[in-house]
Amino acid sequence: MTRTTSVRQGRPGSEVEYVPTAEPPALGRLPRNTGGPLDLAWVRSVRVNRSAVERRSATIPTRRSIKTAWQAGWLLRAVTLMDLTTLQGDDTPGRVRRLCAKARRPVREDLLDQLGMGGVPVQVAAVCVYHAFVETAVEALEGSGIPVAAVSTGFPAGLSPFESRLAEIGASVAAGAEEIDIVITRAHVLTGNWQALYDEVQAFREACGHAHMKAILATGELATLTDVARASLVAMMAGADFIKTSTGKEPVNATLPVGIVMARAIRAWHERSGQWVGFKPAGGIRTAKQSLDWLAMMKEELGDRWTQPDLFRFGASSLLTDIERQLEHHATGRYSAAHRHPMG
Amino acid sequence: MTDVKTAFESLAWGPAPESAAPAREWLDAHGRRFGLYVNGAWGEPGDTFTVRDPATGAELALVTQASDADVDAAVAAARAALPGWQALGPHGRARWLYAISRGIQRRSRLFAVLESLDNGKPIRESRDIDIPLVARHFAHHAGWAQLLESEFPGTTAVGVAGQIIPWNFPLLMLAWKIAPALAAGNTVVLKPAEYTPLTALCFADMLRELGLPPGVVNIITGDGRTGQAMVAHPDIDKIAFTGSTDVGRAIRAATAGSGKKLTLELGGKSPFVVFDDADLDSVVEGVVDAIWFNQGQVCCAGSRILVAESVAEALVAKLRARMEKLRVGSPLDKAVDIGAIVAPVQLERISALVEQGKTEGATCWQPSWSVPQEGLFYPPTLFTNVSPAAVIAQEEIFGPVVVLMTFRTPDEAVELANNTRYGLAASVWSENLNLALDAAPRIKAGTVWVNCTNAFDAASGFGGYRESGYGREGGREGLYEYLKEVRPEPAAAPRSGAVDPGRAATPSAAPLRGAAANLPPIDRTPKLYVGGKQARPDSGYALDVLAQDGTRAGEVGRGNRKDIRNAVEAAHKAQPGWQRATAHNRSQVLYYLGENLAARELECAELLRQRTGEDGRGEVAAAIARCFTWAAWADKYDGAVHHTPMRNVTLAMPEPIGVIGIVAPDEAPLLAFVSLVLPAAAMGNAVVAIPSERFPLLATDLYQVLETSDVPGGVVNIVTGHRSELLAPLAGHDDVDAVWVHGTRDEVTEAEKLSTGNMKRTWGDWTLRDWHVPSQGEGALFLRHATQVKNIWVPYGA
Repeated sequence: MTRTTSVRQGRPGSEVEYVPTAEPPALGRLPRNTGGPLDLAWVRSVRVNRSAVERRSATIPTRRSIKTAWQAGWLLRAVTLMDLTTLQGDDTPGRVRRLCAKARRPVREDLLDQLGMGGVPVQVAAVCVYHAFVETAVEALEGSGIPVAAVSTGFPAGLSPFESRLAEIGASVAAGAEEIDIVITRAHVLTGNWQALYDEVQAFREACGHAHMKAILATGELATLTDVARASLVAMMAGADFIKTSTGKEPVNATLPVGIVMARAIRAWHERSGQWVGFKPAGGIRTAKQSLDWLAMMKEELGDRWTQPDLFRFGASSLLTDIERQLEHHATGRYSAAHRHPMG
Repeated sequence: MTDVKTAFESLAWGPAPESAAPAREWLDAHGRRFGLYVNGAWGEPGDTFTVRDPATGAELALVTQASDADVDAAVAAARAALPGWQALGPHGRARWLYAISRGIQRRSRLFAVLESLDNGKPIRESRDIDIPLVARHFAHHAGWAQLLESEFPGTTAVGVAGQIIPWNFPLLMLAWKIAPALAAGNTVVLKPAEYTPLTALCFADMLRELGLPPGVVNIITGDGRTGQAMVAHPDIDKIAFTGSTDVGRAIRAATAGSGKKLTLELGGKSPFVVFDDADLDSVVEGVVDAIWFNQGQVCCAGSRILVAESVAEALVAKLRARMEKLRVGSPLDKAVDIGAIVAPVQLERISALVEQGKTEGATCWQPSWSVPQEGLFYPPTLFTNVSPAAVIAQEEIFGPVVVLMTFRTPDEAVELANNTRYGLAASVWSENLNLALDAAPRIKAGTVWVNCTNAFDAASGFGGYRESGYGREGGREGLYEYLKEVRPEPAAAPRSGAVDPGRAATPSAAPLRGAAANLPPIDRTPKLYVGGKQARPDSGYALDVLAQDGTRAGEVGRGNRKDIRNAVEAAHKAQPGWQRATAHNRSQVLYYLGENLAARELECAELLRQRTGEDGRGEVAAAIARCFTWAAWADKYDGAVHHTPMRNVTLAMPEPIGVIGIVAPDEAPLLAFVSLVLPAAAMGNAVVAIPSERFPLLATDLYQVLETSDVPGGVVNIVTGHRSELLAPLAGHDDVDAVWVHGTRDEVTEAEKLSTGNMKRTWGDWTLRDWHVPSQGEGALFLRHATQVKNIWVPYGA
């Protein structure tokens, strides 16, 4: 996707004209979304047809089949898109250090050699932890270039006092987090208080400073796909660099229909504003096959540029193991076992 | 292994081929030469023709061209198998249909691969859509077979069904034809299209393995000549055809007066209506499913996008971006969207029409990538700046080519949608259910998909309005196409065509009966009844009507073709309002008609006595009762909600046909007339009726009853005169939607022949009917002829 022209006549009733920026961002440097004014007319005009989205979702995995070497290549790409995550109450520094070690070497060297990937660095996109373990992770990842992401703002419910949520962001950034995954107040969406949502996300973004901000919409708690689309737009207007489906703690996490709706919102925002916003599905993505479906969706709906780590991440903890097993199967022709791959 | 690295870096789509080996093994096992499957066994191959893989041009097999003698043998086998098949009973037939459904499932991948090889459709479609629908169709009809006696009382199997199917969905169309035929107790001779006979032959092989009784299903291959022999065959009772409107027209003409039952599923130029509040991203995927499904070779393809002007630019931009991402290639690649065009001639036709579109000034847009040079491929194509007058906006292209036009208002959208000779399907996109459910009934099409497209299911009858054909396939309505009415023994005799010798075109001197001896009678001016008014015949002539004793009973106007023309125009003016009137309102009008007829009961009975020589009291009483019958039905012929297997309500709505021409018989002249006109009117149609030529005065006496009963002007129009002069302009009128002829066989034949101009529905019956008996003079048969089912699919979900 290299198109930079914008389509501004799409939606009737838009009040705001955003000024598109030009070139696609260079790979490797995270683009920032500067956001823009809250365009309530646009937000309210959004329509999403659930049945149609679900039909699209059902055919993405069946219209595209990725086999043999391509499958292995795609799975390796998926590894590099991963925010390797641990968000458990029983996390400890030791556990986080183990995860960081895995993040540096997510796939066995011998396997990479067998796959002909010798010399190509394969490491995950980020490590995602609670604030308490930011420093541990930063230390453990030193020199790797892998950023640490911190979940923040009263994760996962986002209902602690506003000031303390802001302070939490500041603390994590100070501790070395380069990416902050904030959670929105779901009530703002459920009550249609888009101004409040916009103000909240904008305040979080300001608190993030130089750190990249991912806005978690907790789509499993937003009820309708139309509200998912509206919340996505408001978050982007307020300056979110990424929009993210879920905390992983809601009863329903990342689903492909939700992903399609959010990807289309990103596309609409890009077409209207020219800005580049990333997407992160999180929660419930456990199998290699799922990661291929998500990649296929991104490629189809948003284009190749959105399949790079600066614009697409998987939030996952157990996905990596399944990918490793599939990669070994590709290398040896034999089905693999989890214990053959080092734990994270 | 550098491939992994390349794929890692490029994230390109790689090839994902489905193996064709099992299909090739099956072909090899038959020596790649096929005879005909008749009477449960393979015949020796005769004169053969070549079947090719459209993606490569490679020869797949040699298939026999069935001769007239072969058709005779197949029909004879089907005829011989009929008694045994019927004796098997509903449950026995249900077991066979169930076994066929299971058999399809067990061989699903073989069928899918063979279908893609032969037809060129992507394996994704044959695997995920065609073959599962085939299995579902047989399973659903196993159920109808089981329930036949309780759900379809008073009917019996038609007999031997001759079925001719197209090349676009070879096995699915076979299922749509064979499943209901067998469920209803018929036996079958089926001819697959010459381009794509292989899955039908594989199906025959499966039947042989399953041990279906010989002769119940016969599969014969060949080109149009074989089809012609089937259509002309005297021992085939029913022709079911899916294909082009031109061939359908020829079949209607060829079978006119033969008594063959007919189902025609023909072409389309289906509208795809996008309102300004639609989810445009979902609309784009809808267009993909509408016109880039099966390479656009779909009779119900949404090939005319009609979009609200305010969102047209945005939709075009989105469509073009989406088209860039479509993939055209090998049908057996599991990652392509569009496969190969079925045959060179079809590819040439698509190319020619696209060139014509460009010449006509429309803007043609195709993706930047090119299609494979080997094999028969065509890129997805979008035309904008198209006017409704352009050839590409009117002609069925039957390829991956869609035209886009804009509208301003919902009314204009409906008007544009209906601006076509066809009426197979439509798609309506809006997030406003009020708007969508307002548009759906107003669009003339057998299927309307709201916020979806190309959804099919065995429970939902599929078929067309207008020149898209008639009859339905699937659902309860589809079963009726393979059943016929049982009349009590002795079988009804054919009507005599004898013309009353006493009739004359010039006024005679015979005295009018009933005049007092010493006074001249008060003259009654003979007129026609058109548009709610008594209108003078255009000819300025009148005809004598004689009483039973040969005396002159009165006169009627001698209507001619211009009177028919005027009556049809009046009917069209009245029909939309009559259809929109509530069913309760129509019911009340018909009750009132009965009430006013009762007020003239004795007078009418006396007229009947004079004119027919029989005691008319019974007939008038029956006519009054019949008014009540149809008044009763007016608000009770409900539709259904089908259980289609998705989150969706499928509303099966019986809709009026429109304007129906009715030719009434001589027997029971008042009762028969009422029995035919009222069900049509009750269901919301407008009628142009030609009464019995011998006894027209009974109909003309109804003028005043109609006038006093609040029947809106134009809903019932009556034109008297010589039937030989009136039948042709009525049956041939291109703005009459159906014609019912209850007359002589010659009249039925003529009407069926003339019906081909606009492919109007016909109901021809040349046998005497006992109109007094409710089982013959009223009932569901009349309702079915007075309506056509529209299925509206409405998926839902917040």
